[in-house]
Amino acid sequence: MITKKVNNVHEAIQGIESNMTIMFGGFGLCGIPENTIAALVNTTISDLTCISNNAGVDDFGLGLLLQKKQIKKMISSYVGENAEFERQMLSGELEVELTPQGTLAERCRAAQAGIPAFFTPAGYGTEVAEGKEAREFNGKMHIMEEAFKADFAIVKAWKGDEAGNLIFKGTARNFNACMAGAGKITIAEVEELVPVGTLDPNQIHIPGIMVQRIFQGEKFEKRIEQRTVRVKN
Amino acid sequence: MALSKEDIAKRIAKEVKDRYFVNLGIGIPTLVANYVREDIAVEFQSENGVLGMGPFPFAGEEDADIINAGKQTITTLPGASFFDSAFSFGMIRSQKVDLTILGAMEVSENGDIANWKIPGKMVKGMGGAMDLVASAENIIVAMMHVNKAGESKILKKCTLPLTGVGCVKKVVTELAVLEVTKNGFKLLERAPGVSVEHIIASTEANLIIEGEIPEMIF
Repeated sequence: MITKKVNNVHEAIQGIESNMTIMFGGFGLCGIPENTIAALVNTTISDLTCISNNAGVDDFGLGLLLQKKQIKKMISSYVGENAEFERQMLSGELEVELTPQGTLAERCRAAQAGIPAFFTPAGYGTEVAEGKEAREFNGKMHIMEEAFKADFAIVKAWKGDEAGNLIFKGTARNFNACMAGAGKITIAEVEELVPVGTLDPNQIHIPGIMVQRIFQGEKFEKRIEQRTVRVKN
Repeated sequence: MALSKEDIAKRIAKEVKDRYFVNLGIGIPTLVANYVREDIAVEFQSENGVLGMGPFPFAGEEDADIINAGKQTITTLPGASFFDSAFSFGMIRSQKVDLTILGAMEVSENGDIANWKIPGKMVKGMGGAMDLVASAENIIVAMMHVNKAGESKILKKCTLPLTGVGCVKKVVTELAVLEVTKNGFKLLERAPGVSVEHIIASTEANLIIEGEIPEMIF
């Protein structure tokens, strides 16, 4: 067994430097690598290009890195619900590349799968298509999108083992499963790091080969963005 | 009387047929799930990675790891499944999802839709909307016919940056049900008590009106 275990979040983020491109898993605040984000907030690393579906909220998730102006550019599909983000974007302090969500996911998956580019119908005829090669397949227009190139991919899983095998829970799988292995180095923070042999190989979502560093997060707040409930009759 | 948001959702729910897989957008479309007939089999997909969505959880049973694309806490029904984002849009692009219902800021008579950006004012992003509208066969838009200033959002040509081109099939507003045809918007139904003249006056695009226009039935 090739172990991927590092002792803590500080060891996990070794080598992350200013001006790097980093992928962050999660959808909204669901399944974000909150321990690693918190550790990065406590560094002086800046000018990061962040690939993440969303940008957190003002006081949690990637919003914390935005508050400290550590992010130079965001590549995302949806950035609402974040006043500081909007302010930095409209004032020109923050560079933003908005990309359709399915395209964002596939650009991660393509990087993970060693595919340099692909064609998708999403965005054809819109400003997203500007400057991109367009081709017709089966009577329908598509645009070419390229795989991401990231220095680090940072993902969060429910359970993992020292071999780097990952299992996600619920909709926290989202971009985490697409980003694992999509950066030069993949860091996985897990809620529970279990001994090898504990996880059923049939149930592994991401095999350990995609992960270079794994650690158990110290604490998970798992904040809920929109708490919606129904009333019992 | 112009329809309430709930009534728009109720009318759209009639478009949901037996054995449909349906993706619901944020806002009015989310309400549609409340009004789908109980005697038909329908599964709701949310693009963040769940098929077989159920109602909101009871207070105290919320799970931060189980949300919909609107980031709301949800539950799952028997037979549900979770998957990653790439897989989710794979099933959307390969047209396994039968019907997409989403909101819009503007719709034009050739079926273009704009719903993600107001230059200089509001830039929230397109989320999954561009993938959904470029992929789905059947796209129904739930929207208000006019904005707060009383200006029509049903246009000859969209003025805002587009989300997709020539993709919308049907539009349900507080005033009317419109079908997008090769020749433009065809008025199919009107809200109870709303006159055809009122709909024409509220619509910048041309309307194809054939015969008596029936009132919506819920």
